[in-house]
Amino acid sequence: MNTTTAPAPGRQTTGSDLLAVALTGATKTFGRTAAVRGVDLHVRPGEVVALLGPNGAGKTTTLDMILGLGTPTTGEVSLYGMPPRTAVARGLVAAVLQSGGLLPDLTVKEMVTYTACLFARTRPVAEVLQRAGITGIADRKVGKCSGGEQQRLRFAMALLADPALLVLDEPTTGMDVDGRRRFWQSIRADGDEGRTVLFATHYLEEADVYADRIVLMARGLVVADGTTAEVKALASGRTVRATVPGGLPTADLHRLGDLSGVDEVEVRGESVLVHTADSDAVARYLLDATTARDLEITARALEDAFVSLTAAPEPSTTPEGSDR
Amino acid sequence: MTSATQSAQPGHPVRPAPAVLPTLHRPVPAWGGFSLRLFALEVRRLLRNRRTVILMVVMPVALYFIASSSVGGDQDAGHGNVAAYILISMGVYGAMLATTSAEAMVAVERSRGWTRQLRLTPLTPVAYILLKACCAVVLGALSVTAVYLAGAVSGGPQMAGYLWPLTAGIALAGSLVFAALGLFLGYLLPSENVMQFLGLGVAAMAFLGGLFYPIPAGSTLDLVASFTPLYGLGHLVHAPLTGDPVQAVWVLNVLVWFAIFVLGAVWRFRADTARG
Repeated sequence: MNTTTAPAPGRQTTGSDLLAVALTGATKTFGRTAAVRGVDLHVRPGEVVALLGPNGAGKTTTLDMILGLGTPTTGEVSLYGMPPRTAVARGLVAAVLQSGGLLPDLTVKEMVTYTACLFARTRPVAEVLQRAGITGIADRKVGKCSGGEQQRLRFAMALLADPALLVLDEPTTGMDVDGRRRFWQSIRADGDEGRTVLFATHYLEEADVYADRIVLMARGLVVADGTTAEVKALASGRTVRATVPGGLPTADLHRLGDLSGVDEVEVRGESVLVHTADSDAVARYLLDATTARDLEITARALEDAFVSLTAAPEPSTTPEGSDR
Repeated sequence: MTSATQSAQPGHPVRPAPAVLPTLHRPVPAWGGFSLRLFALEVRRLLRNRRTVILMVVMPVALYFIASSSVGGDQDAGHGNVAAYILISMGVYGAMLATTSAEAMVAVERSRGWTRQLRLTPLTPVAYILLKACCAVVLGALSVTAVYLAGAVSGGPQMAGYLWPLTAGIALAGSLVFAALGLFLGYLLPSENVMQFLGLGVAAMAFLGGLFYPIPAGSTLDLVASFTPLYGLGHLVHAPLTGDPVQAVWVLNVLVWFAIFVLGAVWRFRADTARG
């Protein structure tokens, strides 16, 4: 893994020389339940990373460890080379949690003012309200705000310290499409300044649109990690399906597997399914060299990749991790 | 399928380097995040809870008038009259209600994820407890002041001038024992139970501490009561008025219960912050 580079001579050590997040070999066990089973996650300053996975994949537990809300059972966490608690105290890291963390009897503005006076140095309250797009509801009681408004309030509170790293845990859960779009718009507008963003989501679309890099988690493990394009490429192949009367001879099976672009050949009775990046070659081979008929070619959606990657068979006897 | 799955490729130079580099040498707030401004905001927030205010001001004042009018407060009670004795009792009761309920709000804050949210700010656990303790003192003082003011205006209680601030001070200082109790229960119980539990608990302790009805010394009830948390304070606070000599067992009672509640609060607080 690409880690720290030496600072250029004469330049002050800044955030760009250190990893924003370095989570190494992290595991987290609650009682007998392993929620996270060995995760390495290294985020460089300026990256926008989506932690994608179904419920129970260990996303929230991973983020909690990064934020210092939970200590890893084994493994190491550091943020800009510091323990999470130190980074939080310096206002380097802020988070938008999934729910809670608000006082319903305060107004939106009071809530932000209250949070502001906990920090040594903050941006003006009016400015963060405006950035989060909640200036218009500044005098509304927090308890009377909609889920989307409360989420933007949490975002405003997170912006106060002008954090170098912003962590968001499924920030748009429970919002409607419009609310989600508007929430991400405010994040986007803010992210142009080079803030490092790490967000958990189970919406593929959000990861696709807003992240530079996707880390796919399932069952407490990272199952894929790459640029959005790379992770999408996992799903870019097609499935060729055909019926071969009497079944496909073994020799043909091997030859199919050797074709370039083919990553999986599956035989189900008389049916043969081939996952490949080059469906033309497979179709040509099947029609020319075998007795195949009823040939179908289907594109694989990102959802399929997501499902196939995250729903791999359980390799060990460890119980399924919960999301907490 | 397997080829691309496990390949970890961190760090892609997709975005340009940050225009404004975040400096890592940022200041940490003094006093672990505790400030007078925060204190003022927190007190204002607590006073906004109307139920708390009614409970800690109106209740003891009303009880004072009911008790003093039914007993007949003009009888002699040492360095003052019975009305003064009842006034002191209600001062303690009010301060105790105020401090326990102010601290037990922690249960509500916990259930709303507020204590968790605070861990994402520079506020340290010690500063948080200090904040809570200061709030307890303010609310306790408010309650004692309200009771004593009502008493003074009514003209019923008669005692030497120095006894007013002295007994009020003992009541307030002693109520810190119950601030610790409130904190302990706030961290121990779920929010929906804590207020009911406190209402009953405080009333029972006040009764056994002799605040509602003087328990005859040497009786079996007195023996039982001597092991309850308000027994020591109940006697100590009245001693300057009645002229009774201070007994070591009263002081011991206060100190032991204070230690128990503080240790309980620390134990639950540790468990709460270590969770997750």
